[in-house]
Order: sequence, then structure tokens, then C-alpha cells
Amino acid sequence: MAQLICNNLALGYDGKKILDGLSFSVNVGDYVCIVGENGSGKSTLMKTILGLQSPIEGKILTCDGLERTEIGYLPQQTEVQRDFPASVKEIVLSGCQGRCGLRPFYSKAEKQLSDSNMKRLGISDLQNKCYRELSGGQQQRVLLARALCATQKILLLDEPVSGLDSKVSLEMYNIIEELNKKDKITVIMISHDISAALKYASHILHIGRNMFWGTKQEYSESEFGRVWA
Amino acid sequence: MNVFEKLITYLEFPFVRYALIVGVLIALCASLLGVTLVLKRFSFIGDGLSHVAFGAMSIAAVLKLTNNMPLVLCITVVCAILLLKTGQNTKIKGDAAVAMISVGALAIGYLLMNIFSASPNITGDVCSTLFGSTSILSLSKTEVWLSIGLSAVVVGLFIVFYNKIFAVTFDENFAKATGIKANIYNLLIATITAVTIVLAMNLVGSLLISALIIFPTLSAMRVFKSFRAVTVCSACISVVCTTLGILISIIAGTPVGSTIVTVDILCFGIFFATGAVCRAGHR
Repeated sequence: MAQLICNNLALGYDGKKILDGLSFSVNVGDYVCIVGENGSGKSTLMKTILGLQSPIEGKILTCDGLERTEIGYLPQQTEVQRDFPASVKEIVLSGCQGRCGLRPFYSKAEKQLSDSNMKRLGISDLQNKCYRELSGGQQQRVLLARALCATQKILLLDEPVSGLDSKVSLEMYNIIEELNKKDKITVIMISHDISAALKYASHILHIGRNMFWGTKQEYSESEFGRVWA
Repeated sequence: MNVFEKLITYLEFPFVRYALIVGVLIALCASLLGVTLVLKRFSFIGDGLSHVAFGAMSIAAVLKLTNNMPLVLCITVVCAILLLKTGQNTKIKGDAAVAMISVGALAIGYLLMNIFSASPNITGDVCSTLFGSTSILSLSKTEVWLSIGLSAVVVGLFIVFYNKIFAVTFDENFAKATGIKANIYNLLIATITAVTIVLAMNLVGSLLISALIIFPTLSAMRVFKSFRAVTVCSACISVVCTTLGILISIIAGTPVGSTIVTVDILCFGIFFATGAVCRAGHR
């Protein structure tokens, strides 16, 4: 069943198109990797899917009971977060904020949800630690736990392993794979790492001057696969 | 003992009690907002707005308004919203806009005061608006109640929206993606910042307001590691420092604003050292 459908999208900012005629649909349980050169519009596409900016043309539809605000997002770290005084618990809990609406405080169910997500990612013992004192891999787990508080259905990951060493990257990939396989959470990931994309993903979206959308097998057999992989 | 007796004599005057009440409330508001402003890299907006408030004050003086608070409040809030709107597009533009508006307001304010003021002591007037001097000790009853009311609103809004303010401060994009109307909360933050700054002008004067906003937060951030602890601690620091500052200035006859800020700086020094010792102890 399709969860997210992008229909003939044109993307860009300030009215300047950087991507045109982009169509694809993501089904429940898919593991999509978005690859492409720097500046090809990967981050713009992600922002558009999240509703942070609107497409110049075309539409993004969510179906199968998925709301636009139910997309969990793992962003790249920002400058602000590097010295932000916040405990792990506070950050993970803030993922529930979307559920609160105008209610000012968190409910018991939301606190339990955040506890269980911390347990799921093995960061329960860090919950009172300060975010800025954690290692890069631990910080990514915290942000992933927060994303899981916002959604049970679909995760958008923006270069989740950038800046991590190879051992921690592998752990991160394994966590993501487990969420995808065991919990049937749809994963859309921006990645630089084509070999990892080909190892873990079920579908590949290559954007840039030439576009490709299809399964991993189709990608490796296509011209792109021969050049890139 | 002598100092205590002197203090008790002073505290019998209603205007001293008003000054203490209003001072503490303003300090509380400023420190609560400070946490968000410092973390969002908006410290400069506080500074810019205080200059705008100075300009607005001089307009009120020229118009010979007896109660200048409403006009100053309106102008500052509008400027806060404008600054935030331009700041959202690009960083450099926002920076330049703040510098432009704040220096412009300062220059025009002084010019207006010079041309139109009937007062014989313009330099004294300007100095007291910029550095606070004694205006906190000459508050009317209406001003006191207005300050109490506005502070209560600011603190109330902060508590009700605490979790949302945290979410928007920590990660605006994530907040927006999960359906929080981040722009509305930014607007709210800008508005209550403007209100706080106008209130604080009476206490420390427009040039020293930023100190009231940033020092308690920076001190608290040296030692504490969670958002809640930093917020609570910075509120406590601010209240204690302001009370001390007002009392010292009454006893020693020093200017209120600069005394408070000096106490804040000393406090920052203490927290900085404590933080360094704690971190060294961990290693």
C-alpha cells in the first residue's frame, strides 16, 4: 500500500527550479535511499516532504492513514544543538510535542512512550545525561528516539551516519534496519554512501540531472548502477 | 548592625518596596526569556529592541505624554515582530536589520530629545534613560500595577508554553515537521521579549538591559546540564542578583542599573569558576 506519493514535483527555492518532473511512491515497509551529488536537491526534497517548504509544482500526498505531521525526522546536527544544555530525557520527550496540540504538558502515556523508545535504542541509562556531552553515535540515537516518539510509521533520515566512525556507522545502520524489518517502519534516507545504500535499501531514488527511481536490483542493472556502484 | 538598621529604615518607604517588587519581577521575566534568546542566538535582538525602546521613549517625551508606557510598548512590539520576520530569511540580512534599526532609533531618539525637549537638563534625561539611574525609585502606583500585571502575563505564558518553547528552541525544523506552529511561538517570544525590555528600561536603562537577559542564563549554563535546571537556576540567579543590587545601591548610593549588572557579572564569575572546577573534578 502506498504511504507517500510524490506526483510530478518541481522543487527549488526563490522560484528557481533545481529538480523537475519527480514522481515516485513509497509503500509501507519500504527502505528508500535517496542518492545524488552535492547540490542535486536531496535536502530540498526532504524539506519539501516534511512540509517545511512547498513544491513549486506538483503534489505530495500521504495515504493509508498517514498524516503529514506523523513523519519522524532525523535531521543533521545544527550549530545551536552543539552546546545546548538539555538532558536526553527532555529531548526524547519533545518528540511527543506534535501529539500535544495545544495541551501545555505531557501526558503519562507520552512519558511512557518516550521511556520505551529510549529503551528500544539502548539509551535508558543516559537519560539524565547532558546531550552535548554524548558521543556522536549516542547523539544520533537520542535524535532517533525523538523521531520515533513522533511517528510509528515513517522515518526520514538526513545522512544519519555523517561524522560517525565506521564501527558506529554500522551500529546505526543495523538499528535502522531493525526498525524497518521488525517494526515495519518505512525508512527514507538521504545518503552519500552508495555501497551502504545498495546493501540495506529496497529502493533507490537517484536525483540530479538524470533521475532514477526503482528497486535496488533495477538500479544495479541500470546505467547508473554501473557507473556509481 | 548599622547597615541593617539603615536598610530597615529605607524599606519603610513605599517607593523602595515598589522598586524591589518591580525589580524582582522584571529580573524574573528577563532571565526566563534569556534562556531561549541565548540558545536561539537571538541575544542581539534584545539589545536592538532596547535601543528601539529608547527611541520610542523620546517620542513619548516629545509628545509630552504623562503615561508613556503604552506608546513605548506598542512601538517596541511592532519592531520586535519586524526584526524577527526579516531575521528569518537570511542570517546576514537579519543581523544588519537589527544593527540598522537599533542605531537608527538611538540617533533619532537623541535628536528628537535635543530639538523638542523643554527640559533644562537634556544630558541628564538622556543619561537616565540609557542607564536607568533613579527612575525605578520614582514609579507611580499605576506603573507598579502595570509592571506586576505584565510580568505575571509573561511568566504565565512562559510556563504554559514551556514545552513548546523548548521544542522550538532546540530544533525548529523538527518542531515544524511534527506540526508545531513554530512561527507563532517565535512571534510570541518576540512579543514577550519586547514587553520585558520596556519594563526593564525603568530598572536598568536601555543600554544595560541585555545584561539582565544574558548574564543569568550564561551563568546557569556553566554549571547545569538540562534545560529545566538552567531555566530554574537562571531565574534564581537573576532574582537574587537584582535584589542584592537594589539593596546595595540604596545603601551605597550607587546607580541602580549598573550595580545590578555588576552583581550579575560577579555571579557569572563565580559560576564560571564552579563549572571549571566541576569539569576538572570529572576528569
